[in-house]
Parts: sequence; C-alpha cells; structure tokens
Amino acid sequence: MFDVNKIREDFPILKRKINGHDLVYLDNAATSQKPKAVIEAVADFYENHNANVHRGVHTLSEEATQMYEEARVRVAKFINARLPSEIIFVRNSTEALNLIVWSRGKAHLKKGDEILLSEMEHHSNLVPWQLLAKEVGAVLKFISFDENGELEISNLKSQFSNRTKVVSVVHVSNSLGTINPIKEMTKLAHEVGAIVVVDAAQSVPHMKVDVQSLGCDFLAFSGHKMLGPMGIGVLYGRQELLEVMPPFLSGGDMIRSVTINDATWNEVPYKFEAGTPNVAGAVGLSAAIGYLANLGMDNVRQHEIKLTDYALKKLSVIPGLKVLGPLDAQKRGGVIAFTLKGTHPHDLASVLDGEGIAVRSGHHCTMPVHLRLGIPASTRASFYIYNTKEEVDKLVDGLEKAKRLLTK
Amino acid sequence: MDLYRDEILDHYKNPHNFGELPDPKVSYEEYNPLCGDRVVLQLKIENGKLKEVKFTGEGCAISIASASMLTDYLVGKDIAELKSLPGKKVLEVLGLSNIAAGRLKCALLPFEALKKSLAKLS
Repeated sequence: MFDVNKIREDFPILKRKINGHDLVYLDNAATSQKPKAVIEAVADFYENHNANVHRGVHTLSEEATQMYEEARVRVAKFINARLPSEIIFVRNSTEALNLIVWSRGKAHLKKGDEILLSEMEHHSNLVPWQLLAKEVGAVLKFISFDENGELEISNLKSQFSNRTKVVSVVHVSNSLGTINPIKEMTKLAHEVGAIVVVDAAQSVPHMKVDVQSLGCDFLAFSGHKMLGPMGIGVLYGRQELLEVMPPFLSGGDMIRSVTINDATWNEVPYKFEAGTPNVAGAVGLSAAIGYLANLGMDNVRQHEIKLTDYALKKLSVIPGLKVLGPLDAQKRGGVIAFTLKGTHPHDLASVLDGEGIAVRSGHHCTMPVHLRLGIPASTRASFYIYNTKEEVDKLVDGLEKAKRLLTK
Repeated sequence: MDLYRDEILDHYKNPHNFGELPDPKVSYEEYNPLCGDRVVLQLKIENGKLKEVKFTGEGCAISIASASMLTDYLVGKDIAELKSLPGKKVLEVLGLSNIAAGRLKCALLPFEALKKSLAKLS
C-alpha cells in the first residue's frame, strides 16, 4: 500500500522548517532523504556490531561480515543479478564507472578503438572515458538527442563499427529526464561484440531495474539517491567479465597472497574491494532496499509518473517557462529541469529557498547538454516517494513569486 | 527576503554604470562557466585615481546588482587603495555580508574582475 502521508512520517527531516516554511524537498536527483529505518540500521551497526570484516574470527567481526554479505545478497536480488559476487561495493556511481574505465577499459582498448556514449551523459560517464581515450588513443563517438531530448537511435546501427568496443549510456538522464531504451541498445551493441555499461544512478532508485532483462554487462548506481547513506554505491558486472578484469585499486583484502615482489588476486568481488569497505553504508543501503521493496518499485514509479505528469501540466502554463526533455511523463523519470525567461536559475533557487523549497540550479554535471541547448544553466525539481501534489503547487507559487520579483 | 531586498532588485533592473567606455585604460572579462555569469569591467584612470568605470555582461540578479553597486563605490578611489580592497569590505558595501556560501561567487564576480583589471595595470 502506497500511502504518501504515512511514508512522510518515516522521514524525520521532513519536519524541518526552512526559512520559516515547511521543507519542500525537490532535489532528489542530487540525493534523497533517509527514512528512520536506514538511520537506525546504520546506528545499530555502530552501536552493536562494529568490527572490521573478513579478517577477524571474533564474534563482532563475524557479525559485521555477515551483515555486509547479506547486504550484497539483497542488492543482487533487487536488480536481479545472477550471483551476489556480481555486486561490487564502491563509494558511488562515479567510482563504479571509473572502475570500469580504468580496469576493463584500459586493459581492452587500443588505439583507434571506438567508445560510444550519448550526448546526455553526466560528467561521471564522460570525463573518465575522455581521459582513457586520450591515454590509449581511442575515439569517442556520441549518440545525439533530438529536440524532444530523446536519443536518436533510429540510425544507431550506423554508429557501430567493428572498432566499437564499449557503449556506455545513462539509463535516465539527470537533466533531461529521458528514459533511454537500454534493452534495444544492448542488443545492437552485442551484435558487434561491444560491451554495454549503464549509468543507472537515476533509474535504480525510481523504477524496477532488472540487469538480466536489460542484458547489460555493467551497471552503476549510488546508494544515497535511493534512501541509503552517502559513500556507498554499487557496480554490477557479469561474473565472467569481472573474473578476467585486472584490479582497479589495490592493497588490503583484494589479494590472495603477497610476497615482497608480487601478489595474486582474491576472487570476485573482493578483488575490486581494496581496503576496509563502508560496512555501515552497505548495511544502510540494505535497509533502504528493504524499505523500497516493501513499497514496491512499480508503485514508486507510478507515484512519480503521477507527480511528474501533474507538475508538467502546472509548469507548462507558466508564461516563459520551458521544460527540458520529453513532455510525456511516461517517457521520463521524475526529474524536471527548466528555464524561466528573464530569470537566472541561481536567483530562482534562492527565492524558492526563501519559501522552504529546495531545488537545484546550474548545469547538473551535464555541461554538454546545456551547451547543446544553448543555455548556461537550468533549474531542476526532482521528485521521490515522499513528494506530494501540494508540494508541486508550492513550487509553482514560488516560481510565480520569483518571476514577479526578478522580471524586469 | 534579505538577499532580494529592493535596493538589490533596483540595481539589477536598472544597473548603474552599465555600458562601455570609449577609451578605457584597462578592461577585463571575468566569466563563471558554471552558471554563465559574465562581467566585463572597463576602467579609466587619472592621477592615480579611478576616474570612470563601466561594465557590461549578463548573469543573475546578484552578480549584476553587485557590479552596479561596486562600480558606484569605486569611482574617485585611489588605485593604490583599491589594490588592497578586501572582499569582506565589498560584501559590506553590497550589504551582503551574510550571503550563503553558494552565492558568494555571484556576489564577488565583479570584484574578481576588478582585482584582475588592477593586476593588469602593474
């Protein structure tokens, strides 16, 4: 049962007043708020079970190890991975994508090989590939998006060549909101033998994501955008690919044996988890997944479609307001970036903050999207499970107020 | 709201010293690619004093109002004195001493242009 009022009671921060107003938190694409269940799970770990994992035989270490590994199993089930060992805990999506680039990418890409990205990538799925391309002499190619903010995939086949080694694309754009057809793209990429990497930072928190159904080879997401703590993220990778990849970071826990001159690697996933991991973070993420699974991801998605549809309708009647990306709520996530004629996004965000409304202003780490659209910045409202239509109304009122104040 | 008090909004909507000088001694463009704010500052100097100053550019209300108010303040000041003008004093002049860290760059963009203009002199 999806009851927003009941959900809101689980989030202590929603009781906060901001500048004398009830908090209206619409910056969920940046990070989500945390329910009591997650905060308490992290506190319980530190209060009752804290110890380092894997290397200890004492009771606390065994408890900590068990909790950490249970979190891995829960993540694997949540995205329908075949095996828990296909789940690698990292800090965030950025680290997960860097792991792919610098382990698999650096080992496999040679001069002249092609990396196919989209024009709507977050900097985290663009800049690491730029660095790698420069280092090995590979070529970056881009799938463009049309005037609706949808990827132009009708001619996707023509962008593949026998040099295409990697296709790395965002599942849901964090600025345009567009949901990209990963399954179809994966099928085409696999036909030419390219591996497919998916930046799922904005999809896993908001909709059912099944890695086996998508067919992708790697998938990255962050815990903090899905009710979990900051500093814990996930890289999913197909077992057979992970097994032959060289390590990314090296040091403790990721080795099997070390002599003074050499080392051999631990098995997957530990080969990729050097040093003490964020155990409390994994435990918190596990609690977050429990919370989301209890709501049901299809219900989460339906709630966000309803809110997004309502917001798109209310926003589109404000004169001078232009929404970036598709205007059909079915085709997008609950992320709405927009421009409002005669107002600067920073001013909008500041005026809205005065009303207790948290939105983001800037380029949202997608500078190339903004360059392509010919705008320096945009204002972004993004929704999650605890947001309501009344909050959308407050956003609209706040925008009207900002317009009155700022328009010359 | 304090940030958008009438004085700031007036300077934003009707900025003082907006335009270009025919014969500037020095001119400098400061740009913040993160938000697209841009200020071009032009200075005319006579006998070690700032005789005239103009600016052009585009940006948020805070950066434009800041350029307007700062340029008002600068006219007639000794160049030597301006070279050691602290950012804290600029914020006082703007009445924005309590500005949130996230907007500090907007408020101080014209001041950055001033500092770099003066550096070009020596």
